[in-house]
Amino acid sequence: MNFSGLFHSFGPLTITGLAQGAIIALFALGYTLVYGVLRLINFAHSEVFMVGTFAALYTWGFFGLDQNSPTPSLGAVIGYMLIGLAAAIVVSGITALLVEFVAYRPLRRRNAPPLAFLITAIGASLAISSTVGVFTHQNIKGVPPLIRPATVVHLGNWAITNLQILIIGLALVLMFALDRFINYTRLGRGIRAVAQNPDSAALMGVNKGRVISLVFLIGGLMAGIAAVMYVLKIGDTKFDSGFNLGIEAFTAAVLGGIGNLRGALLGGLLLGVVENYVAGLFGTQWHTVGAFVILIAILMFRPTGLLGESLGRARA
Amino acid sequence: MTEPTASGPREAEPLAEAAPAVPTQPRAGTTAVQSPPVVPAAVVRRATVRGWMARQPWPVRAGLILVFVVLAYLLPYAGDIPVIGPQIVTQGIDWPSALFDMSYYVLLALGLNVVVGFAGLLDLGYVGFFAVGAYTVALLTSPDSVFNTKFVWLAAVPVAIVVALLSGLILGWPTLRLRGDYLAIVTLGFAEIIRITADSTPNFLRGDRGFGGLPHPPGNKSDGTPIFGVRDATPYFWLGLSVIILVILAVRNLDRSRVGRSWLAIREDEEAAEIMGVRTIKFKLWAFAIGAAVGGFGGVMFAGEQGFMNSSTFQLQFSILILSGVVMGGSGNIAGAILGGALISYIPDRLRGISDPLTHTDLFQWRFVFFGIAIMLIMILRPQGIIPSRRRAMELKDRAKEAAPQ
Amino acid sequence: MRQGLVRVLGGAAILALLAGAAACNSKSNSTTGSSNKNCGYKIAYFGALTGSSANLGVNIEQGAELAVDQYNDKNGANCITIQKFDSQGSPDVAPGLARSLVTDKKIIGVVGPPFSGESEAADPIFSDAGIPLITPSATRPSLSTHGWKVFHRAVANDDAQGPAAAAYIQNVLKATKVFVADDQSAYGAGLADVVKSKLGSAVVDTDKTAADGKQTDFSATVQKIVASGATAFFYGGYYQNAGLLRKQLTAAGWKGVQVGGDGVNDPGFAKAAGNDAAAGSVVTCPCAPASKASGTFVSDYKTKWNTDAGTYSDVAFDAMNIFLKGIDAGNTTPDKMNTYINSVNYSGVANTYKFTSTGELDSSLIKVWAFKFDASGAVVPDQEAPKS
Repeated sequence: MNFSGLFHSFGPLTITGLAQGAIIALFALGYTLVYGVLRLINFAHSEVFMVGTFAALYTWGFFGLDQNSPTPSLGAVIGYMLIGLAAAIVVSGITALLVEFVAYRPLRRRNAPPLAFLITAIGASLAISSTVGVFTHQNIKGVPPLIRPATVVHLGNWAITNLQILIIGLALVLMFALDRFINYTRLGRGIRAVAQNPDSAALMGVNKGRVISLVFLIGGLMAGIAAVMYVLKIGDTKFDSGFNLGIEAFTAAVLGGIGNLRGALLGGLLLGVVENYVAGLFGTQWHTVGAFVILIAILMFRPTGLLGESLGRARA
Repeated sequence: MTEPTASGPREAEPLAEAAPAVPTQPRAGTTAVQSPPVVPAAVVRRATVRGWMARQPWPVRAGLILVFVVLAYLLPYAGDIPVIGPQIVTQGIDWPSALFDMSYYVLLALGLNVVVGFAGLLDLGYVGFFAVGAYTVALLTSPDSVFNTKFVWLAAVPVAIVVALLSGLILGWPTLRLRGDYLAIVTLGFAEIIRITADSTPNFLRGDRGFGGLPHPPGNKSDGTPIFGVRDATPYFWLGLSVIILVILAVRNLDRSRVGRSWLAIREDEEAAEIMGVRTIKFKLWAFAIGAAVGGFGGVMFAGEQGFMNSSTFQLQFSILILSGVVMGGSGNIAGAILGGALISYIPDRLRGISDPLTHTDLFQWRFVFFGIAIMLIMILRPQGIIPSRRRAMELKDRAKEAAPQ
Repeated sequence: MRQGLVRVLGGAAILALLAGAAACNSKSNSTTGSSNKNCGYKIAYFGALTGSSANLGVNIEQGAELAVDQYNDKNGANCITIQKFDSQGSPDVAPGLARSLVTDKKIIGVVGPPFSGESEAADPIFSDAGIPLITPSATRPSLSTHGWKVFHRAVANDDAQGPAAAAYIQNVLKATKVFVADDQSAYGAGLADVVKSKLGSAVVDTDKTAADGKQTDFSATVQKIVASGATAFFYGGYYQNAGLLRKQLTAAGWKGVQVGGDGVNDPGFAKAAGNDAAAGSVVTCPCAPASKASGTFVSDYKTKWNTDAGTYSDVAFDAMNIFLKGIDAGNTTPDKMNTYINSVNYSGVANTYKFTSTGELDSSLIKVWAFKFDASGAVVPDQEAPKS
């Protein structure tokens, strides 16, 4: 246990953890929304994220950018970012909807047991990730250096880069926007109603099918944004990059309180930071174990999570 | 929730399988009021193979099963069958080795079937028990091991099975009160923790460096060379097959006993079972323990055959592969688990060595795509699996009838 | 009704799959041989052709195949064939594959396995069957200690490579603060351990990563490297992880030099890291630069495969030629071939080969070189590493 190392790099580990946690939080939103409404762990969500990463990369590739290209000017960067985000959002959203339509809807129609949903989700996740794997020959794909990391703020040995600020800021803004959407719009009310009691909501005139599709779509959008942030931060993607992140995101959702949007944000940030501390203390190879131990501990001692499960209640 | 009338009149339902449309289909939400008189299951005429088997007198049944078992032992010689033989045997990998792989996959599928199929507990981390069995053998027998005890394989077998059983209890205990989906994630977490520990403890479990010099099962042929050598996997297959038969007998007996009925009750509705006096905690732990012991046995066989093992074998995809085998074959019944386990091992091995025209990838790499799609299709079209458990088919039919209009 | 349809569809699907597989099967036929040459035999390539570190295996296979082609040009088409076995670099696939290799009586030798892990799993089977093998790249030192009479290693092992890397870091880079990490693989951890022990107190901190291809986010390790103030970073592992690390280190603003072993000696490193980031990185290899290979090897390879010779392609070429020379001399059974190799003294394009009694390369013939990545992502020789 390397306490001095942890102490020495405390600042950098925290910042890195927050940035990582922001990506996890965006990713976790998809899990938490779907679980809140359908009581279903959407295993395929990790693949929704992964195809978003590839969509952004291939779109940038279409414009001639690959990992060896020079960094374009600021205006071009903003343009490329928007295009990349748009591509990732569209592809992730469509994939999410496709999964819902092909895999879950037929099962809902015949009132299948929850085990069936989980198994189908696993099947869908497997099929999508393996197909991408075969077509990319399981190779990594590099990301064009759109954002040259530059340290913006220096606090002792805490160096905060522009990319990290972008990621954390974006996550906070999106979370705020989503919060407003769920709590203050009609569609949001519909989502909360279906989360509380699907059949009563249907009786009260809410179009259940449309709400469910909307929930998957929102989850997919968030995953698409997380995907772009991820590729900019990591610099590469691969057909299985969704898997580990997916487990961490689900852990974060449970940690914060599944179904609870603010919980997803809190859980994500907390998990990112704690994983980095574990890496600092024990070595990077143990950091996923940290996530699992936290998950098991929460499920045993406080299964409702830190902020409580509450998509169905008025306070999200 | 299934209707209160559990066994009796339901036995007559399978008639529906023979006729395309059932004339007296109850409307959604109403229970089937007209119930035919209780008819003993064995006498009901069913247009299925299982029905036909059930109707034969027991000497005939025993004889047929015996023929089947003998044929199974003769499988290593399948390549000698004229015409279809060469199409059956695998090209890219030695046929007896492929058979041995099938045998331990089937063993694992049987074990997972106990947990998932009988007791209804979704375990996504089954490879963990396989790893525990294999690593226990390695730690006890390998000259690389930190314990340096250098047992023979046979001596390590019971220890490994007991350790695996204990690990099943250790996994089961904290997860007792968890909901189905949380249980899945926690079991996944346990398996990943085992894998990462295997990867990251260079002195204890030795990660990628692994354990070499693992001894093989004992026994010498008449000329003094060992029966279980390195080059011929046929004796290993026969050993595996024998173990499978033992496990089948044991599990079948459990299934038909009070334990099996308790599992059934837990699977259908845990809270109702608890209220009716079924000790759910005890039987869930039993399920985990037995599943883990069988998984550990699989690990023991694997270690005995390989001679060398390291942490790269125990990936999560392996758990998911076994799960898909059980689901595809038909969870909740033994024949289904056997078929599923055999298929998930046989099909990828058979396709090994052949490239697809599109991406020029060995077809072996497509196996997860294939199985992923297969799982989805099966869950949508035929959720009870290829060889359905009669009960499972009926459960699912009931649930479908209760579905609210979407 | 629908169930019947599902059954028929399912059965048809399985039948179609098998039929398609059967149609695609090509059973290896016996080759036609000229009457006065020793033809009709096969030498196998056993190793990774797919997977995250596949490049290393493919380079070797292509080098070996080039040798076979040149031989067949002189002695008749299809005189000797190379039979490929794709182990995907995985030790649990290896035994089954090795068993099917040894049942083919026409195979009298193996070039490979290129990786240490699969060697551990497959070599006992080759040894039991008596099929001689020459590995052009498996560098784990313990492989020659198992008593496998058929084992031959055509390169130096990590006991030579490790000290050379450490010496380079200390004497050429003159780094006083070094960070050492590895991917916990048999090869990577072994190499890193040797480097760590040679560098001694210059090592400021260490870390471990997941196996090659299993991790993409290295931010925690990167953070540690930056915080440690190290000016040199040694990574024991393969090119994919090493490349990702290099990319993320550059993104974090770290300006030191990254050093790797022969597992990183591949253009795949620059592909993973981006040419800019990769430029200046150093790799060691118990091999001489392919461009220094004598004769027409370099241009022949380029002509046939349309790409430059990769790491160990020349060694594999030589290994295959040792087998072919053995066949020429009439050693057409595995036993005779093994005896031939044990006493061979062969001058190839990359090196001269003589094997010790444990199968290691004679120590006077060991070469370790350092290479650098240039700005276009190619590997260029830097200097011959001092033997310490």
